[in-house]
Amino acid sequence: MTYVFQQLLNALQVGSIYALIALGYTMVYGILTMINFAHGDLFMVGAFFCFFAAIFLNLPFVPVLVISMVGVALLGVVIERCAYKPLRQAPRVSAIITALGVGLFLENFTLALNPYPKQVPQLLANTTWIFHGVSISSIALFIVILSLLLMLMLDLIVRRTMVGMAMRAISWDKAVVPLLGVPVDLIISLTFAIGTSLGGAAGVMYGLAYPVIDPYMGIMVGWKAFISAVVGGIGNIRGAMIGGYILGALEILVVAVMPSTYRDFVAFVLLLILLIFRPYGILGKPHPQKV
Amino acid sequence: MPVLETHHLTHHFGGLAAVSDFNLAIEPHELVGVIGPNGAGKTTVFNLITGVYRATDGSISFADTEIVGKTPSEITSLGIARTFQNIRLFRELTVLDNVRVAHYAQVRYNAIEALLHLGRFQTEEKSILEHSLDLLASLKLESYTDELSKNLPYGLQRRLEIARALATRPQLLLLDEPAAGMNPQEVGQLMEFIQWIRQEFKLTILLIEHQMHLVMGICERLLVLDFGETIAEGKPREIQNNPRVLEVYLGETQ
Repeated sequence: MTYVFQQLLNALQVGSIYALIALGYTMVYGILTMINFAHGDLFMVGAFFCFFAAIFLNLPFVPVLVISMVGVALLGVVIERCAYKPLRQAPRVSAIITALGVGLFLENFTLALNPYPKQVPQLLANTTWIFHGVSISSIALFIVILSLLLMLMLDLIVRRTMVGMAMRAISWDKAVVPLLGVPVDLIISLTFAIGTSLGGAAGVMYGLAYPVIDPYMGIMVGWKAFISAVVGGIGNIRGAMIGGYILGALEILVVAVMPSTYRDFVAFVLLLILLIFRPYGILGKPHPQKV
Repeated sequence: MPVLETHHLTHHFGGLAAVSDFNLAIEPHELVGVIGPNGAGKTTVFNLITGVYRATDGSISFADTEIVGKTPSEITSLGIARTFQNIRLFRELTVLDNVRVAHYAQVRYNAIEALLHLGRFQTEEKSILEHSLDLLASLKLESYTDELSKNLPYGLQRRLEIARALATRPQLLLLDEPAAGMNPQEVGQLMEFIQWIRQEFKLTILLIEHQMHLVMGICERLLVLDFGETIAEGKPREIQNNPRVLEVYLGETQ
């Protein structure tokens, strides 16, 4: 029993990070119907912003988090403006190939600056409490709570504010929205800013939990988050949150009962099965194509 | 002085002149109709006025401002609103949210105020909500406030689309085939409704319509388009007896 709780806690920690990154994939898909394959690498840049802010500016946790989120958000907006916006009328596949290119650029640019893996300094004191045999680390608890807070904030923005309503409206009908006085380009930029800043926050949290970071760390984590978004129903915000935790739980379960090398393999099997049998995910709805 | 004025408005799609040399001046509070066969360029005129297409040539001035080259959202903020031939509501949003989202241009609060629910956020969101509810009430849609818009009957979806356009607080309302798909009785109600919103919201209205009964019944002036050219302009009675118009509509020459 203690073992189950212990694993559950681990699943929550990993799941929180997947969920935060998955939100970026799903928000961009919702508004532009494109998969921003550079998003995993933006998460990696977030971890590096965290490293630089902690090492060179010697800042404590909160400013580090803010710098990473704002820095990644700005980068996300610049990428959208320079790389994706000119392709908005082009076939979707062009934008997706560009996104893969942007991802490679970010990886190699970071690699050029940091040829070796880096160690993120310990920004928060880590205490471990033993509670009925379950060891709870304060960092794990902190990651879960902070993630949930960020997700709650996002949910409020999307559901309650005019900006959120405009985002949802754009995802339904891009042509009509500007005729209601909504500045579409600004809303798209804001969507990128919010989505990528969550990826940046995930990068910081990853650095807290697994302090060794390298330029390629965003690839596999990015894929996992993408799978999470598909599990929840791509384009669906609450779906991405739930999908992140489902994938986190699945991974921990796989490692518990199978050799740990099966972990990534099982995640991709899940992706393939979903794409065949339920491509619209758990919370998504099928969109029958009118002919 | 006219609310909306176009001079030599022309638009080409490749080599095809969808609209050529379109001249129109609408006085405040006027109700003008644009008619013509399918493909005559009527909706293109609407798309030019609202900035969806950028005119190849010519000018459009609205309330003394040149609007060719402005974006659709800027033009909407200046006070032009429209509806669509095929209803284009946000089907998965509620009736209320469909109207609320059209208030976007009136929002002044920033992201931080929104996140912390402070300052202008509270007062503005409250006034937007109130304005939306007032609008729904005056258009007799209040009993559907929380219904998803896709669940409304067809006639009410049309009315909601007009409510959404009115939420942007326009001076000029463009209606693209408001009677499409309606039976004669519904068309009669729609005619009264259009007259009523014109009075109530002090609107100038430009409408495209195929239902001659509606056009002849409420428009004060008509323009007839054919292959992008304005072939006639005048009072409904004059248009009815215009030989060129009869030729276009009946396909006969005598």
